[in-house]
Amino acid sequence: MLNPSQKLNSKIGSPDIEQVPTRNGFGEGLLYLGEHDKNVVALTGDLAESTRVLEFAKKYPERFIECGVAEQNMMGVAAGLALAGKTPFVASYATFSPGRSWDQMRVSVAYSKANVKIAGSHTGLSVGPDGATHQALEDIAITRVVPNMTVVVPCDAIEARKTTIALGTSAGPAYFRLGREKTAVMTTEETPFAIGKASVFKEGKDVAVIGSGPILYAGLQAALELEKEGISVLVINNHTIKPIDVETIVWAAKLTKAVVTLEEHQTMGGAGSAVAEVLAQNYPVPIEMVGMPNSFGESGQPEELLKKFGMDKDSVVRAIRNVLTKKQ
Amino acid sequence: MLVEAGSGHSAGPLDLADIFTALYFSVMKHDPQHPDWTTRDRLVLSCGHTCPVLYATLAEAGYFPKAELKTLRKLGTRLHGHPHNLALPGIETSSGPLAQGASQAVGIALALRMDSLKSRVFLVMSDGEQQEGQIWEAVMLAGKEKLHNITAIIDRNNIQIDGFTENVMPLEGLRAKYEAFNWHVLEIDGHNMQAIINAYAEAEAIYEKPTVIIAHTIPGKGVDYMEGKFEWHGSPPGISDIAGAPPKAEQAAEALKELRTLRGQIKSEHE
Repeated sequence: MLNPSQKLNSKIGSPDIEQVPTRNGFGEGLLYLGEHDKNVVALTGDLAESTRVLEFAKKYPERFIECGVAEQNMMGVAAGLALAGKTPFVASYATFSPGRSWDQMRVSVAYSKANVKIAGSHTGLSVGPDGATHQALEDIAITRVVPNMTVVVPCDAIEARKTTIALGTSAGPAYFRLGREKTAVMTTEETPFAIGKASVFKEGKDVAVIGSGPILYAGLQAALELEKEGISVLVINNHTIKPIDVETIVWAAKLTKAVVTLEEHQTMGGAGSAVAEVLAQNYPVPIEMVGMPNSFGESGQPEELLKKFGMDKDSVVRAIRNVLTKKQ
Repeated sequence: MLVEAGSGHSAGPLDLADIFTALYFSVMKHDPQHPDWTTRDRLVLSCGHTCPVLYATLAEAGYFPKAELKTLRKLGTRLHGHPHNLALPGIETSSGPLAQGASQAVGIALALRMDSLKSRVFLVMSDGEQQEGQIWEAVMLAGKEKLHNITAIIDRNNIQIDGFTENVMPLEGLRAKYEAFNWHVLEIDGHNMQAIINAYAEAEAIYEKPTVIIAHTIPGKGVDYMEGKFEWHGSPPGISDIAGAPPKAEQAAEALKELRTLRGQIKSEHE
């Protein structure tokens, strides 16, 4: 059953669960920060509306910088703003920022410990029809590998708002990942959230699904389905990829002795890899990784693409069955 | 410092010495005792490889003891091969990958303007780094935002690692390019102290536009066997046999003697 202490949305598993894009939560969080902290500044590269920075830009035009289609400069300008005491949020599509601006993120932001918050939108296969060029599937890998970075992947719009506010009120460089499509709202205002602390969304003892981002909903659906067969699935929302919650992940592995990781990202170097690094060094158990299998995406509808590349509910069910056969 | 380090760049730091002297001892508002003073002027060194001249100037100004200069590039030093803002007081930004300073200078200038501070941002760039696309992204935004609190200077020494800039990747007409991006452009002899100080004073009087000073310099200035030779871009004295230079063992002593005596015109206190 769902973990009551998490105060999750009671409509989980029901067809009429609310669907909201995580980028909307970012826009709301940014507005909140703008009202409470005059040092919060927003930058975008010709994508104010689709990254949801537009409302902030209208309300606080003196703290909004339209950088044009020039992401490398935008990242560096944000670093300069931070070094002069501002808290800049850089918003673009993740394929462009930090995709095109990785060197600037590495040196101007991370090495300098500049207090820059990088919002990468339109991540994952779910960008859909725009095709492979715009589907960010490598962003977690290229950000988490850089020292001094915090990396967060909120699971829904409410958690995206909490993430934005938490990052905006703490010091240090950070990347957080957003989506374009409407996705299930799993949490509520009352759901506890803290950077670096994974949450147990569903209790279980046979296998642990450790997921990051909106795709976690497929994990919950798979868990509820398998429960009818008597398979007890623990589901963990691992929203913070760095610094990762070693304690909760090792606890889950010790309890269940089998793990499935779940992410809308390349399985190499992403959230699943981060979990595998923790378990390999602390408590090795069999792991199945659900994610993008070393491939570029293509155009299509989000649900078609997730099915084709193996990231839908049925793929999670298969992964759980597979890992159970390897369990000692 | 470079001889002690055994690696590093000679030509750029030597030709920037006059400009750094003008900045830190005449032009800039700064306080070595309070490097984080809110209303200080900011020096952003975008061409991080020329940091020996920044380190030497900061030491001379009193930011840290001069003896520390000999730790350049050595384990445990605060004087890294390319500057790091968190390592040493007086260093505003980390630099090395070219052009990143230009964007950071724009960001600092925007923040100062938001806070209604009168501080100025002094951006130092090499000519070779004008080949980076990021420079022109930053120049475009500074022009759009009319950031008159930025004064950039380009060390126009005409050399880069692989040769002369106009052979590697032509940069001219540099003046027209900056003017097209809505910058005010000045051109000076980068070794004429009065011209350097006058140019910075003129830049301060320009409103509604950022200013760039194209400073024509002689790479390796002050050391006869280095002047004008691109081979000295990335080499310290004393490790390479470069055409026209004294034997390796004598290069450092010869260079220091030339610099200290203005090529024999004055008597050195070190002799």
